[in-house]
Amino acid sequence: MTDPVTLSGMTDPPAHPLAIEVRGLVKRYGEIEAVRGVEFAVKTGEVFGFLGPNGAGKTTTINMLCTLVKPTAGSATVAGYDVMRERDDVRRNIGLVFQDPTLDGYLTAEQNLRLHAELYGVQSNLVKPRMRQVLEMIGLWDRKDSVVATFSGGMRRRLEIARGLMHSPRVLFLDEPTIGLDPQTRRSIWTYIRELKEREEITIFMTTHYMDEAEWCDRIAIMDHGQIVALDSPETLKAGVGTDRVTIHTDDDEAAITALAERFGVEAGIVEGAVSFGVPAGEEFVPRLFQDWDPAHPSIRSVSVSRPTLDDVFMSFTGSSIRDAEEDQSKQRNRVMMQVMTGGGRR
Amino acid sequence: MSSRTTHVPSGRGEPGRRAEEHVRTDRPAQTPPAAPQEVVRVSVPQRSLASEMRAIRIVWRRELSRFRADRMRMVTALVQPLLFLFVLGSGLQGLASAGTHGVSLKTFIYPGILCISVMFTAMFSAASIVWDREFGFLREMMVAPVRRSSIVIGKVLGGATVASFQGVIIICLAGFVHVPYDPLLILGIFGLQLLLAFAITAFGVMIAVRIKQMQSFMGVMQMIVMPMFFISGALFPASGLPGWLTVLNRIDPLTYAVDPMRRLVFNHITISPAARHALDPGVTWWGWHVPALVEAGMIALLGLGMLAIAIWEFSTTE
Repeated sequence: MTDPVTLSGMTDPPAHPLAIEVRGLVKRYGEIEAVRGVEFAVKTGEVFGFLGPNGAGKTTTINMLCTLVKPTAGSATVAGYDVMRERDDVRRNIGLVFQDPTLDGYLTAEQNLRLHAELYGVQSNLVKPRMRQVLEMIGLWDRKDSVVATFSGGMRRRLEIARGLMHSPRVLFLDEPTIGLDPQTRRSIWTYIRELKEREEITIFMTTHYMDEAEWCDRIAIMDHGQIVALDSPETLKAGVGTDRVTIHTDDDEAAITALAERFGVEAGIVEGAVSFGVPAGEEFVPRLFQDWDPAHPSIRSVSVSRPTLDDVFMSFTGSSIRDAEEDQSKQRNRVMMQVMTGGGRR
Repeated sequence: MSSRTTHVPSGRGEPGRRAEEHVRTDRPAQTPPAAPQEVVRVSVPQRSLASEMRAIRIVWRRELSRFRADRMRMVTALVQPLLFLFVLGSGLQGLASAGTHGVSLKTFIYPGILCISVMFTAMFSAASIVWDREFGFLREMMVAPVRRSSIVIGKVLGGATVASFQGVIIICLAGFVHVPYDPLLILGIFGLQLLLAFAITAFGVMIAVRIKQMQSFMGVMQMIVMPMFFISGALFPASGLPGWLTVLNRIDPLTYAVDPMRRLVFNHITISPAARHALDPGVTWWGWHVPALVEAGMIALLGLGMLAIAIWEFSTTE
């Protein structure tokens, strides 16, 4: 990691080595600690993914970085500016695509972008060419005169990305850019994001709870219960797991887990309704499994072996699959939401 | 910039959209057909007075664009004043003729109806803040590097413009209720309704900033607008009322918009002194006859005060 460089006071440093730097960031809503002291740095030009189940504190973190929420403790700089002391400078240099839609459905695509450009004070003579560029990039140039209300969910999300880029931000924040979209549209959004990275000098910071999408990132941080549990490139993280994942469906999962422990010395658990465990060489383990499987054990109905995925990475760090973690946390999340809604989150 | 036609979703809605979507998603990794052009890099300047003015202007323009796109609203907003003016006005004419000294009831209630229609439109415009919050658009404005006050000022000016546009339509109807199209009269009425539109939008925004749901806003609006309308003297002269109603009437800000407007109208029609005395007694404070200019000034001051409160509220939320 590069040494922290503070550039406060300077106007728009040309190439800050760190697009984002976060130190001991904490956010408390009443007694609930949504973010519990996260630290990380994002290099300029990176696509950085923030990964974790819903309610892990990803959105709260992103909101603090975007100056929308005041941290309870800790500090962060974005594009070289402090998020607490230099809010306006941060805002001038970031683009935001929120989880919830924030387009004006009554206006046309062009009017939405125009409004954004005017609010951000983009040079008048550059508004048109820039608008054309971002709209062409996401493939909506020919729909610029259509009212946004007629757009599909995927088109709206693309338009929001275009809008976030209108003012040439240094850092683009995408909060769950693909949530609720069909797989095809999700893939195309990722294509735009990769394309964007090649064309513009931009750092992309995004959150997702789709594990497969995180593979697109240069580096990812895995967040759980308000803390970062792992941070590295997807490949390194996956290599770190070291084991393949074997999933078996049996007639009696509990008995199967006991049998696996006694017979093979592997520690299995129930993940998404099936018995699952990690072993170093999965394909070689399967024949051994059937050879040594006592007929008295519950019969195995199916077996599958998979290479480590980021889901396994998540599991190896947190002990549960991301989907199970979401179910666990939904209760806690509801509590946080209640707090926010009743005014506990207002500063 | 000048060609800002708003396309209302028409025939080319669903099917065209679907097809388009597929075309794009089927060839994901393609750059636009044109040769790879230079990336247009723009930059966001530091905040300045000019950038705030730009922000105010675009928020104002957005209100206008939205109003233009929403033709239904223009029509529906006209129904109520027309009902009051022509149905109530004509229907109660016979009943009221004993007390109106030969003046048409329609002429008498015209200023009040003008005020109420401006008021309704202004409140509805203010409600757009609640919509914006519900549909997320407010966030887009909140994170922009501009002052919150610019957003509020733009909103209020936009709402006021839309509301006074509604007022102009009612002004156009003056001839139907025997109010002459005298330039001075029209100008005076126009000025007064402009002030009212501004004050009421500021008032509405002040309330709307605190409210999170549209239903609640509608409820609050009903609770505030109708009483203000009835108490203001839009439908009756503000003298000889029971004590409690006199007190309420003098507190009601709308009173001070209706009264000078009515005086203006009565100055331009020929009526008997008795009618004048009965129908346009003027607003008095402990026997002091409040001049029209003071009344107009009060509306302006109230508007500015509420705008200040709205800005303060908006700057402290979220």
